[in-house]
Amino acid sequence: MKKIRNFCVIAHIDHGKSTLSDRLLEVTQTISTRDMQAQALDDMDLERERGITIKSHAIQLYYSHTDGETYTLNLIDTPGHVDFSYEVSRSIAACEGALLLVDATQGIQAQTISNLYLAIGHDLEIIPILNKIDMDSAMIDEVSDQIIELIGCGKDEILLASGKTGQGVQEILTAIVERIPAPKGNPEAPLQALIFDSVFNSFRGVIAYFRIINGTLRKGDQVRFVNTGKHYQADEVGVLRFTPEPKESLEAGNVGYIITGIKESREIKVGDTITKVENPCKDAIKGFEDVKPMVFAGIFPIENEDYEDLRDSLEKLQLNDASLVFEPETSAALGFGFRCGFLGMLHLEIVQERLSREFDQEVITTIPNVSYYAYNTRGEKIVIHTPNDLPDASVLDFVEEPFIEAQIITKPEYIGVIMTLCLEKRGTLTKQHYLTQDRVELTFELPLAEIVFDFYDRLKSISRGYASFDYTPINYRQSDLVKLDIKLNNENVDALSALVHRDKAYAFGRKICARLKDLLPRQQFMIAIQAAIGAKIIARETISALRKDVTAKCYGGDISRKRKLLEKQKKGKKKMRQIGSVEVPQKAFLDVLKLE
Amino acid sequence: MSGIYIHIPFCKQKCHYCNFHFSTSRRLQPQMVEALVRELELQKDYLEGAKVGSIYLGGGTPSLLTSEELDRLFATIHRLHSVDAGAEITLEANPDDITPNTLQFWKSIGINRLSVGIQSFHDIDLQWMNRAHDSRQARQCLEWIAASGIPQLTMDLIYGSPTTSMQAWQANLDVFFQYNIPHLSAYCLTVEPRTALAGMIRKGKSDAPDDELATEQFLFLMDRMDASGYDHYEISNYGKPGHHARHNTSYWQGIPYLGIGPSAHSYNGTTRQWNVAHNPQYIKAILEENKIPYEQETLDLPTRYNEYIMTGLRTMWGISINRIKENYNKYFTLFSQELQRLIQEGLVKLIEDQVVLTRIGKLQADGVAARLFMV
Repeated sequence: MKKIRNFCVIAHIDHGKSTLSDRLLEVTQTISTRDMQAQALDDMDLERERGITIKSHAIQLYYSHTDGETYTLNLIDTPGHVDFSYEVSRSIAACEGALLLVDATQGIQAQTISNLYLAIGHDLEIIPILNKIDMDSAMIDEVSDQIIELIGCGKDEILLASGKTGQGVQEILTAIVERIPAPKGNPEAPLQALIFDSVFNSFRGVIAYFRIINGTLRKGDQVRFVNTGKHYQADEVGVLRFTPEPKESLEAGNVGYIITGIKESREIKVGDTITKVENPCKDAIKGFEDVKPMVFAGIFPIENEDYEDLRDSLEKLQLNDASLVFEPETSAALGFGFRCGFLGMLHLEIVQERLSREFDQEVITTIPNVSYYAYNTRGEKIVIHTPNDLPDASVLDFVEEPFIEAQIITKPEYIGVIMTLCLEKRGTLTKQHYLTQDRVELTFELPLAEIVFDFYDRLKSISRGYASFDYTPINYRQSDLVKLDIKLNNENVDALSALVHRDKAYAFGRKICARLKDLLPRQQFMIAIQAAIGAKIIARETISALRKDVTAKCYGGDISRKRKLLEKQKKGKKKMRQIGSVEVPQKAFLDVLKLE
Repeated sequence: MSGIYIHIPFCKQKCHYCNFHFSTSRRLQPQMVEALVRELELQKDYLEGAKVGSIYLGGGTPSLLTSEELDRLFATIHRLHSVDAGAEITLEANPDDITPNTLQFWKSIGINRLSVGIQSFHDIDLQWMNRAHDSRQARQCLEWIAASGIPQLTMDLIYGSPTTSMQAWQANLDVFFQYNIPHLSAYCLTVEPRTALAGMIRKGKSDAPDDELATEQFLFLMDRMDASGYDHYEISNYGKPGHHARHNTSYWQGIPYLGIGPSAHSYNGTTRQWNVAHNPQYIKAILEENKIPYEQETLDLPTRYNEYIMTGLRTMWGISINRIKENYNKYFTLFSQELQRLIQEGLVKLIEDQVVLTRIGKLQADGVAARLFMV
């Protein structure tokens, strides 16, 4: 145990975490350059394209230190987006140390700070590293000062590195061994292992990654997952080298994987505790949460007949994405589909994109919403995942909506515009704290619904990229919410209904109508677009009829070009959904919210 | 029978709406004619010896060619091909190039049909379009043509421009009827991408065409031509019986054609190819490398079907249900399902086994075709 070091890397998106991790793998010869598809730890295509880590992973390195000993280093990779902060907290709980990686050209960002606080809260040893120091725009002194102010370290404790050139990698390895404490724990105690991640393998089933706090796990052991209460046999246990390496047993302090033949990732919950059926541990490891979706949206097939295929695809997706939840939903406008719950908007987009790429399923996603609590006049609480579940006004007492606490870190000159944005979003400023002279942390309380749509994009644009953002849910509060309906040619499109604050309903209705006017193609008849609260119409736009749709010239040189245009038009029509008499393009349902 | 098209890619000035391939610099005109002659020679077997039933010189502005240049092109065609004695031989001409002398010369080399780019008899329209002629020249040339003895005549008119009111359009048709011309091509002004017109509208220097007005003008035109005994034989073409354009009709009936010149398309029933739309590149490839610079597509079954639907629907002969059954049987079920809906919606009707557009359907020809497409 003395020769084990468990650590994670805390960094903002694009601060070079994956590249630096790759260098560590290279230097410790865990992976040959030849095998390395740039950024080995991000192994989903989507992750590589978006440059972010969606799922966390882990890998074990062997490092020969200058003291002549070989150390086992377990690097636990963490997701880098606000939607996945619970998973980050579980990865942190599995470590004794954290590399705080800061881009020397960018400085500290909100995401980094909230994760850093998590790490400090778990008593992790922090090794601060300035990355990308090879760049001309690196601000080494300035960013060092930020770090010193934040964690109170000495300037000499900050390591300088470049994932790109490999500079500083050796010093980082030395610091990991010398500064991060070895794990504590009793190999003879009852087994207590923390699950911090799981992956789905189509041959082996679900593989859980864990950190043993106490005890020893042997191949063939009968184990129990404390929070789900389920029993399994440990068919295989091992460590996570570049490819999994089976072992007979793993002891306290180590990080590894277990295969039990579980087929569905829902059975494995991140944060759960593994113990043995015989001689179980007394307590589960603290901090377990059943991850609850934050954002809900309907997902519908474009053609009704694809409903069963869509169900299959969602079920397969769920095998390796336990945070995705769904249940059947019926929409008057869109027919049969599913109400899906997501961790956040990024998660929603990822699911939609994976459906398209991996399962060839083109879907319609309806206006996302958060989950509300409605109380009826009999005092009953109803959880609402879609605006259409809102009880009728005659029996509705009041509605509560979820609030979050948001941390925004920016430069002082942007405080004004950010205040304006947050006030517009019904937020209140609760704290303003200068991290350094040039960096201020603002804390707001905001309704979650207000940050779901365009908040993050607008924040980035008004601050010219100099604002970073993170949030945690706090509570539910009573709000004056109304249901806004959208009608196309007087037909209610339930898929476009939204719950909005009464003060903002008019502006929201007008914007949606104007946006739909741009998104809907002209058709052979006039289309009336209306926004309504109850029976009251609050906004209206009209799309005039397309009476003429005919090419003037179609001679020898025009035929190919014209045919291709019409073929494209026909393909586009295949992606449209008929609502009453109106054809609505697939992308209109989500694009309607991109209001700016 | 087969057809030959020759593209003459030069113009005096650029009409604001035009997206055809041409240059307003005529510096390369002599080399271009050399290259056209050479391409005719390189492509002499393309039509596999089929008799040539139509020759069409389009552009650009073919009436810019000198008499020597025209002589050379026609001599080459006759040397390499067997031209039917009754062949239709059309020259596109702009009013400002037409004089009694040019007409006599054109007639002498066998041109028996003129297609005149009148576009409008109103100066306000012509100036807005940036045409090279004025309304006086437009009327004058028609009188000279009538006197020339060239037997067949058609003119182009454009409606739907922001400068053309309903009255102005009616007046244009009045002038057309005064001259007793047996054929008319009437085009709705289209804002093509990357034209001067598209730029003017984007920058607010010109109004965009009014779709409603254009539709009214189209409906008026259809009714007036019908009442005057013209067949509306293609969306933009009207002819008295016996005066339909033979060459253009061959495009819509799948008859092979050889296209010569930059940007020209050729078709032989299974492939379509098109030459590079760039004068210097075309000339260089042909004259220096003895090579025709073209791209080609092979027309597979769905493509042939889609083209038949698209071109057939635009004509008065429509789409033959029997032909769909015979040649495109695998699409027949889907085709008939959509057809029933289109009939119900009043966009098409059946005449015997022919599917033709209704009056309202003609306004929606593209949408109707797309609905019947297989993609």
